[in-house]
This record gives sequence, structure tokens and C-alpha cells, in this order.
Amino acid sequence: MIWIAFGIVAWMVGWRLNVYLSSLPRTRMTRLVVPTIFGVTLIVIWESLVRGFAISPVLLPPPSMIAVRFVTSTGILWEDFVQTVIKGALSGYVIGCGAAFLTAIAVDRFPFLQRGLLPVGNFVAALPIIGMAPILVMWFGFDWQSKAAVVVVMVFFPMLVNTVQGLQATDSMQRDLMRTYAAGYWKTLLKLRLPAAMPFIFNGLKIATTLALIGAIVAEFFGSPIKGMGFRISTEVGRLALDMVWAEIVVAAIAGSAFYGLVALLEKAVTFWHPSQRG
Amino acid sequence: MRNLFPILTVVIAIFVLWYAGSVALNAAWAQDKAKRAGVELTTKELVLDTMSQKKPKLPAPHQVAEEMWKTTGDMVLKGRGFSKRSLIYHTWVTLSSTLLGFVLGTALGVALAVGIVYNRTMDMSVMPWVIASQTIPILAIAPMIIVVLNAIGISGLLPKAVISMYLSFFPVVVGMVKGLRSPDHMQLDQMKTWSASPGQQFWKLRLPSSMPYFFTSMKIAMAASLVGAIVGELPTGAVAGLGARLLGGSYYGQTIQIWSALLTAAALAACLVGLIGIVQRVVLKRMGMAS
Repeated sequence: MIWIAFGIVAWMVGWRLNVYLSSLPRTRMTRLVVPTIFGVTLIVIWESLVRGFAISPVLLPPPSMIAVRFVTSTGILWEDFVQTVIKGALSGYVIGCGAAFLTAIAVDRFPFLQRGLLPVGNFVAALPIIGMAPILVMWFGFDWQSKAAVVVVMVFFPMLVNTVQGLQATDSMQRDLMRTYAAGYWKTLLKLRLPAAMPFIFNGLKIATTLALIGAIVAEFFGSPIKGMGFRISTEVGRLALDMVWAEIVVAAIAGSAFYGLVALLEKAVTFWHPSQRG
Repeated sequence: MRNLFPILTVVIAIFVLWYAGSVALNAAWAQDKAKRAGVELTTKELVLDTMSQKKPKLPAPHQVAEEMWKTTGDMVLKGRGFSKRSLIYHTWVTLSSTLLGFVLGTALGVALAVGIVYNRTMDMSVMPWVIASQTIPILAIAPMIIVVLNAIGISGLLPKAVISMYLSFFPVVVGMVKGLRSPDHMQLDQMKTWSASPGQQFWKLRLPSSMPYFFTSMKIAMAASLVGAIVGELPTGAVAGLGARLLGGSYYGQTIQIWSALLTAAALAACLVGLIGIVQRVVLKRMGMAS
């Protein structure tokens, strides 16, 4: 009972604090502190509700238990992280995005292909591509190669569509100016069209980060060696060791956010001139 | 219509590549079989064999089409359209959880968006977490959600719909926040000079002008919801649904079954998104917003 009351009090204090903070003028500080307080409040409420209602840890372990499990099994978590994120997701991400980028530049030279590929690419990007996972696991074996292949297929079309769109982003005035400078195809591409396409390309890269992690993890449900985040999640769920599952989820969340953040930072550095970055 | 010819060319190219791929990938098995039987295959025999294997590495398009017809149209003709072996049954199972998850996700997304637009505190504290929630590969915890909800006695449609909901609320939140904020100062000031109440401002200005954003994000949400439903069916142990067909097919090496489930899912996605597109066109036209 005390725990439930504590949770309610924590919620009221946290929300009050946020209401006060958000009524202040927006600074970098408040923009960081307000969501942090919200997140901490949620975790405190989770902990106190689990304890207050005496929910079995088989259903929902409290955050403290997850933290303990996380600290005590860093070895296994690191091994899974390397297997799934570094070997599976990252290599697939690089291959897929690179291939899509090169294809987009090739397609860009032929307006005919462009008009055909763009609608088809848009269509394919909306399909449940994750369903290819069992087929690719069958083709490439159980190890990380098949996971990388799933990631390649998943990130290819969103990246292709975004890059092709980005390469069309220059207007004829700008291209005419390049022509008056006597710039050839490659010079125009390097100096004008690729820089102008960067906001679109980074949009594609950002979408691809989350897809890459999802692809690598879900592909492991269809067969994997005895390590990897997807493998660990599905086996530990079977053993009802939910604290381990949540620890893997924490790893996935950290990896996903870090990956996304890294691409966003890179975007800021490359497209500093774009209105959306200056604001 | 101008794009029809290029699109058709690309589609035909995909089919040609598919056939070429199935010949290339299945040739090894065909050669192996012929070697053990002690016969030499001519090129024609080889090609024919690669397209008629029972468990090919990559089934040819017509094999998949045949399987799809056998499990849908043919079964309907025999009057067993909803038997457990028919794809119509599995598609229905997936479709129902997709739609339920989509409706829940859209409702949650719109509610959150209204809160974020009208409440400064919510904007500052919830919005970053909404974005962060999507960098978490949520599909990874799909098995856990299913198992846990099963343990407390909720099974069947709802657990799968929860996963679909989680995947589909995000595009709706982002799109609706953008849409509800799309009226500019001039329009908002105009509402004020007419002394419109906040309710009137919402119903007569903000909501109508958010409609184009709403439909665009609903399309993305629907596609995401279908992915959620399919993945949600995996850990239940291949009972029913398109995801279960995929898993069952991969257990027993039934590649043709996997491909037919995959193509059915693709067709389902195309139909659902296309349906929203039609509604969008009609609604926006009646609102005078069609471009």
C-alpha cells in the first residue's frame, strides 16, 4: 500500500516539477531536464507499482532487478551485442545503404528507369519485407551472414527512394548555373547535386538505422547460433527469465538510440546549411 | 498514366530476374539428382527441372502462383474456403489483428498528438520519448509481450494487436502534431477575431487542416501495423496467420509455402494502403483540399 502511495506521490511531484519547468522560457537546459524527469518518474512508478501490487517477476520484473541483472551479466550481453549489432546489423547497414546509394546514382542517369523504379520502390518499401527473413536464413545459413542479408534487403528500398528523390532536389536554375561554369556531369554531381541531396540521404539513413536493428534481431528468431540478442530474447522468454529479456531490451534501446544519434550528429555536421538544422 | 510503361518495364524486369534466379539457385540440386540417377541433363531439361522441384531454393513465380491458387480460389470452389489449410483463413487472422491494432494505434496517436499540441508540459516531456521509443527495436520484445499477456489470461487477438498498436501509433503522432500545427498565425488570429472558443478553433480550423497529414501517416501506420501482426504471430508457435505460415514453412523447408504467404502479405499491404489512398482522395476532394 505504501509503495502505491509512493508511486502516486512521485507522479504528482514529477509532473508538478515539469509543469513549472516548462512554463519557464525554453533553454537548452529545460529541454534536456524535462524529458529526463519524465523518464525517471515513469521508472519510479513502475518500480513502486510492481512492488505495491506484488506483481510476479515472471510477468514484469521491477527496474531494480533488471539493473542488477544487467550489471551481473555484461559478458553475455556484450557477446550478443557483438554478434547481432556489430556483425549482423552494422555490416548489413553499410552494404545495403551503399548499394542503394550507388544504384540511385546509376538510376539517376536514366529518367526512364527513374519513373519506373520510384513507384515500385515506394511500393516495396511499404511491404512487410521482414517476411523475407526465413528465406534468407535458409539461403545464407544460421550465422550473421543471413542477418546481414535481411538487413540489406530491409534498408535497400527506403534508402534508394530517398536518394533518388534527393538527387532531383536541385532546380533548373542551379543546374543552369553549373552549366555556365562549364561543369560536366561528375562535377555537377559532386559540387551541386550530392550536397543538395544530403538532407534526403540522411533521412533515408536515419530510417534505416531502426530498420537495421529490427531486421537483425527478428531474423534470429528463425534460426541462429547460440548467441545473439534475438536468440537470447526468444530462449529466455521460454525460460521465463524476464529480467534477462529486459536487460537485452535495454541493450537494444541503448544501441538503437546511439546508432540513431550518431547518424543525426553526422547529419548536423554535413547539412549545417539546411534550414531545418539552423533553427 | 505517363508512368505506366516504365513501371511495367521494371515489373517485367523483376520477373525475368526472378526466373533467372530460380534457375541459377536450383540448378545445383537438379544436377545432383541427375548425377545420382546417372543421366546427363540437356539445358532444356535442366531448366524445366529447376522450375518444378518440390522444395526449391527459390520457387519460380508460376509455382508460387499455383500454390496460392490451390490454397485460395481452388478451396473456395470446393466449398472449404475457411478451412485451416486455406490462405484465406490465415489472411483473415492476420487482417483482423492488423485492423484492431491499427485502430487502437491511430486512436492513441491522435489523442497523444492533441495533448502534445495543447499542453506545453506534455509537449516537452512526452515528445522526446515518443521519438526515442522508435529507436528501440520494439519487434524484439514481441515474443515477451505475447507470452506475458498469455500468462495473465489475455490471448488470441489482443496481444498481437498490442504490438501492431505500438508500431502504428508513432507515425500518427508525428504526422498529427505536424498537421495540427499547420495552420499559420494569420488563420489562428482570424479565429481569435471571430472570438472562437478553443473547441471551435480545434474542430473548425486545426482538425480540418491536419487531414492531409492524417491520411499520409495512416498509410505508414497501416503498413507498420501489418508487420507487427505478422511478427506477433511468430512466437505463438505457428498456430494461425500469415506469420505462422512463414514460420511453419521455414521449419519444414516448404519454400513455396513461405513465398505464397509472403506474396499474400504483400498483396494485403497493397490493398490496405490503397484503400486508405482512395478514402483520402474522396475526403480531401469533398473538403476542397485535393491538389
